[in-house]
Amino acid sequence: MDLDALLRCVGTTSCVVTQLTSGMIIGMLLFLIASGVTLIFGVLNVINFAHGSLYMIGAYAAWTFYQLTGSYFVSALGAAVAVGMLGVLFERVLMSKVYGSNVLMQLLVCYAVVLISDDLIKIIWGPVPLSMGMPPEFRLPPIRFMGGVIPPFYLFMILAAMAIGLLLWLVIVRTRFGSVVRAAAINGPMVSALGIRVNLYYAAVFGIGSALAGAAGALAAPVRSLTPGMGFSILIESFIVTVIGGMGSIVGAFVASIIIGLTRSFGSIGFPLFVDGVMFLIMALVLIFKPSGLFGRPHR
Amino acid sequence: MAGRWRDLGLAALGLLVLLLVPVVGAPPAIRDFIMFGMAYGLLAMSLNLLIGYTGLVSFGHAMFFAAGAYAFGLAMQSGKFSIPGAFVLAMAFTATMALIVGAICVRLNEIYFAFLTLAFQMLFYNIILGWVSFTGGDQGLMGGIPRPKFLGIDLADRTQLYIFCSVAFVVCIAILRQVVTSPFGYTLRMIRDNQERAAFLGINVTMVKLACFVISACIAGVGGILLTLFVSGAYPNFGFWTTSGEAIFMILLGGSNVFLGPLVGTVILRLLNDITVSYTSHTELVLGIVILVLVLGLRKGPLDLLADRWENRRQAKAQAVRDAADKDAQAGRDA
Repeated sequence: MDLDALLRCVGTTSCVVTQLTSGMIIGMLLFLIASGVTLIFGVLNVINFAHGSLYMIGAYAAWTFYQLTGSYFVSALGAAVAVGMLGVLFERVLMSKVYGSNVLMQLLVCYAVVLISDDLIKIIWGPVPLSMGMPPEFRLPPIRFMGGVIPPFYLFMILAAMAIGLLLWLVIVRTRFGSVVRAAAINGPMVSALGIRVNLYYAAVFGIGSALAGAAGALAAPVRSLTPGMGFSILIESFIVTVIGGMGSIVGAFVASIIIGLTRSFGSIGFPLFVDGVMFLIMALVLIFKPSGLFGRPHR
Repeated sequence: MAGRWRDLGLAALGLLVLLLVPVVGAPPAIRDFIMFGMAYGLLAMSLNLLIGYTGLVSFGHAMFFAAGAYAFGLAMQSGKFSIPGAFVLAMAFTATMALIVGAICVRLNEIYFAFLTLAFQMLFYNIILGWVSFTGGDQGLMGGIPRPKFLGIDLADRTQLYIFCSVAFVVCIAILRQVVTSPFGYTLRMIRDNQERAAFLGINVTMVKLACFVISACIAGVGGILLTLFVSGAYPNFGFWTTSGEAIFMILLGGSNVFLGPLVGTVILRLLNDITVSYTSHTELVLGIVILVLVLGLRKGPLDLLADRWENRRQAKAQAVRDAADKDAQAGRDA
């Protein structure tokens, strides 16, 4: 416990700027993953416990594409598309078979996929942690802002995640695709009765959610070390985010991700041992006082 | 009442069989296998009280397994407690933890419940990893667990330890059996099948679920204590999410509708593990594929499938007998 350090940090703008940016990159990675979880849950009413594995595969895929092409932008895009396609495959071949059955079966399918993908990663890329290093596009002098230092890649990451989030929101709210998806979330069989092939929309939503996780993996690759099993801890945090923000709400996921990101970055100065505890405390308070989450509608 | 005496008789018989293992001179490997099986068996059996009987799919049950293990191990290492004292303390700690986690989780719907229990488990796991000065971090509780004599029982002796574990194990299974056959157990099944109806009948669903959650956590804690005594240490992976996943898998393998099913599942999983380990280092890959085949191919556990078949056949037979009786009666009226 070192609350003095936290107070001292809040007193200086340089420290505040640094912690804000690091909190924002944690938050934005969480947002991309949590928005996928929340989207899939909102529409398909299943929790994808294997979402962290998709993030991990995204990071590893970006690493390989980067080794092959040398361009970070191409590899990030490639990773997102590849993981999106993998997600569609996962949904069609495995998840769609257990939609009707109980949570236990869905849980077991995801558990199996997590086990298999962790082991496959070990077989293909080896058990040793990999690191991508900062791509040359971003080897620029850091940006100075109010006495704080912001690496250019951090800024790119934050802006990219926000842009993706905005795009997702526009697609869901403004397009015909989005309105069908929202209708299917409320009453799938009814949408199907109107002559819309709702299964295709389910697969597409799963694919989009997976692509978001893949993009998060690609964005994390230059700043995190890649290890088999890296997806699991971020999965737990993204669950916490979806609970705080409200299941099915993308706006909620955004706000909650920033709350958790800032809790992590400022908490690591003031109360490093209790950061997890504080995150859970926030979640428990939300569950007690507003069980549907900050932005969620009461669940059926 | 007759059922209860039969259950107690079966429990005594089971204990006798377990105790005969060292007497007939079974090799230590088999005894070790049974000890592991008893510890993990209690984890799976107690989890099935939640999943199979109450419909509460918990994905974080291993946290209570680890809670029992660590509380017991730390109490013994402090040197201030006898073994029964540490046992009671570990139970009290596990129950308190289950009460807090349960109070937050049991009111939520199925999916929330599954991943909140998972999340709390990861919180507990991270505390174990992070609080290095107290728990030893990722090294676990090192230096062995002292086992002072109590009431003339010396648990440092392998045979006496085995006997102690067998008795504790059978007592726990008997308690679970008592719970599921009691009116409380039938209340659990009613909540699983129709929560609203149970509430309309005046049952306080939340309190019943919470009680069930705490009982189940305590039994899992006993499993953790047995494992701690056996391996003379406690390690963070006792409380890792894969341990919870394994416990769920054991239930699937053994069947959730048969009382001792999870125990059979434990034995199958441990055998499967031992066999795959001897052929390949990629056990997770093999396990994952087995799970997918079972879930997508059979749609339920192999033992549940057998039990269903058996039940169907029995009903068909009963139906045939009834039909024959009807026909006879018809023939009698016609005559």
